[in-house]
Amino acid sequence: MGVRAVKHTLSILVENKPGVLARVAGLFSRRGFNIDSLAVAVTEKPELSRMTVVVDVEEHSLEQVHKQLNKLINVIKVTDLPAENSVQRELVLFKVKTNPNTRAEIIEIVDIFRGKIVDVGSGTLGVEITGTGTKIKALEDLLKPYGVVECARTGMVALPRG
Amino acid sequence: MRMSGAEAILKSLEKEGVDVIFGIPGGVMIPLYDVLMDSKNIRHILTRHEQGAAHAADGYARATGKVGVCMATSGPGACNLVTGLATANMDSVPVVAITGQVGTHVIGTDAFQEADTTGITLSMVKHNYLLKDPSEIPEVMQEAFLIASTGRPGVVVVDLPVDVCRGELNFKYPEKRTRLPGYKPTTTGNARQIKAASKLIVSAERPVLYAGGGVVASGASQELRKLARLLELPVTTTLLGKGVFPETDKLSLGMLGMHGTSYANFVMMETDLIIAVGARFDDRITGRLDTFAPHAKVIHVDIDPAEISKNVKADIPIVGDAGKVLKEMLTALEPEVEAGKGKDLKPWHRLIREWKKEYPLLVPEGGLRPQFVVSEIYRVTKGKALIVTEVGQNQMWAAQFYKSTKPRHFLSSGGLGTMGYGFPAAIGAKVGCPDSLVIDIAGDGSIQMNVQELATAVIEKIPVVVAILNNGYLGMVRQWQELFYDRRYSHTDLQTNVSPDFVKLAEAYGAMGLRVTKPEEVAPALRRAFKARVPVFIDFVVEPEENVFPMVAPGASLDDMIGG
Repeated sequence: MGVRAVKHTLSILVENKPGVLARVAGLFSRRGFNIDSLAVAVTEKPELSRMTVVVDVEEHSLEQVHKQLNKLINVIKVTDLPAENSVQRELVLFKVKTNPNTRAEIIEIVDIFRGKIVDVGSGTLGVEITGTGTKIKALEDLLKPYGVVECARTGMVALPRG
Repeated sequence: MRMSGAEAILKSLEKEGVDVIFGIPGGVMIPLYDVLMDSKNIRHILTRHEQGAAHAADGYARATGKVGVCMATSGPGACNLVTGLATANMDSVPVVAITGQVGTHVIGTDAFQEADTTGITLSMVKHNYLLKDPSEIPEVMQEAFLIASTGRPGVVVVDLPVDVCRGELNFKYPEKRTRLPGYKPTTTGNARQIKAASKLIVSAERPVLYAGGGVVASGASQELRKLARLLELPVTTTLLGKGVFPETDKLSLGMLGMHGTSYANFVMMETDLIIAVGARFDDRITGRLDTFAPHAKVIHVDIDPAEISKNVKADIPIVGDAGKVLKEMLTALEPEVEAGKGKDLKPWHRLIREWKKEYPLLVPEGGLRPQFVVSEIYRVTKGKALIVTEVGQNQMWAAQFYKSTKPRHFLSSGGLGTMGYGFPAAIGAKVGCPDSLVIDIAGDGSIQMNVQELATAVIEKIPVVVAILNNGYLGMVRQWQELFYDRRYSHTDLQTNVSPDFVKLAEAYGAMGLRVTKPEEVAPALRRAFKARVPVFIDFVVEPEENVFPMVAPGASLDDMIGG
């Protein structure tokens, strides 16, 4: 429709009850909104959970997402967290192919990104990295030529600054 | 007080003032039905299919304004309720459904008659609960009724495992809600927005009031009438809004949209200000969205913020209860009108009068026309009946030719468009309003979808009248096939001249059956039916290929009407 979709990070405070994840996820799929990433866990209050959802939507749909989420009985608060006003982090584990010749190089690259080597196998290295989307993407691009066997991501979590 | 889960459910229903439940028992519901047998305050109406129970609860709720209650057993019972619950929720009707569930220890094992009821209903109800412990019953039941009946009303499902029903608890019903931190509907409109809206209203030269089901739900019909008369605003309503403003009034434009009056649609295209109250600019209302109401500013009053600017952008959004907002608007507008502010609307009314004269809704002549049958029902009942409709051509003819003057007197499945809704909903409405003459205006297709409820109506002595506009077709689909598919009537011929014989069918159930084939027989048959103290089917054998006009073709602009 000519309207640019933009990534938005939504922080959704919900009641920590069974089925709430299904309600939120169901709402996104039913109304045709695509979820880029989703992270859920309990907050400092055990009766509340926080879901951090990254969605790719244009402005008008974002408003609908907000309103529809607010209609869910178990949703307490929905906040849009713009990158410039929030701390956003994701944790990623990569399994990278290595051989005796490349191992040192890879460790050096990971070091520059302040990542960690968390597993050493005969032909692979396990890499842990925390950061924003761009940082992770940069590391991934550098690791790719060596061969990324597998990767697992937590999905973005975020909190407002200040 | 110590009691069983089943007793606690019943006690909660009594606390909520429930006096009737529509339902069917089943294996896991026996404990609840066992205590229900001894209830002195609650009447249970045994329907013949769970869909009938859901629609009856819906009809009861729409007719009375109270929360309708239905019950079904686990698995197939709950699945059969689903269409009825979706119907009610789409039209914002307050219904609480109690469904049986297999025991908590076997949930998730594909046990006998197990279905994931909360999962199935998740996307089509306002909220649902799966009870896990008897101690939750009082809070959950209190919340269920609160959620169903407040804010934008809707359906709440309470899924009740059999062991929760058999278990025990200390019963104490909460006086007010104790939980629900995320549920706080806004009912009072923003004062500044209301002021801005009032300013816009007095400066409009071609305003229109567009009212929907939200006005019924809010009980705001009087306020709406006052506002219309204070400023001489023309009023159009949606299908669900029928009756909030008397369609006999000179300010009324009738219904708008796909099968609305030509003049209501012309008004929408020429207006400079739409005052939308409790209506949601559904696609059957707007027609092609990008050509809809090109000159109009929009004031949108709705209790559900998600409806505002969803389809049509609102210039002045007002989230709140229709009645409260309209009252505030009246307070703001009365002094303005007294001070002589407000534009001269005479030219606007003159234009509307011309459209009304040029494009009236007319009953076609010759043979037995369905439109004639509906206008005879209107004439014989003096417009005082409580009309329920099925879905399709019958529904649109009913909407066009039965002039509504009171809210809660025209019940129809608008959003979901559920064939088979009308008859069970009429049963529910009659149970709620026993002194009203309740008529289901039906089609031969729709009536066959829940015809089993004839047994319910006869045995429970619920004398509703069903006027079947029998054209032998799935008429609305046939009409579309005629207009847009080169008259290829693929599987829309129901051959009701072969089967069934609706008169014999009614008689087989112990109801009265009448057949009408000529125009002059219509009124006498109706009078006979209204005097009968039993349910009546009247088989009106009407012109088979009559169409509903005017019609805005799907995707066409609202002023581009066929037969308008």
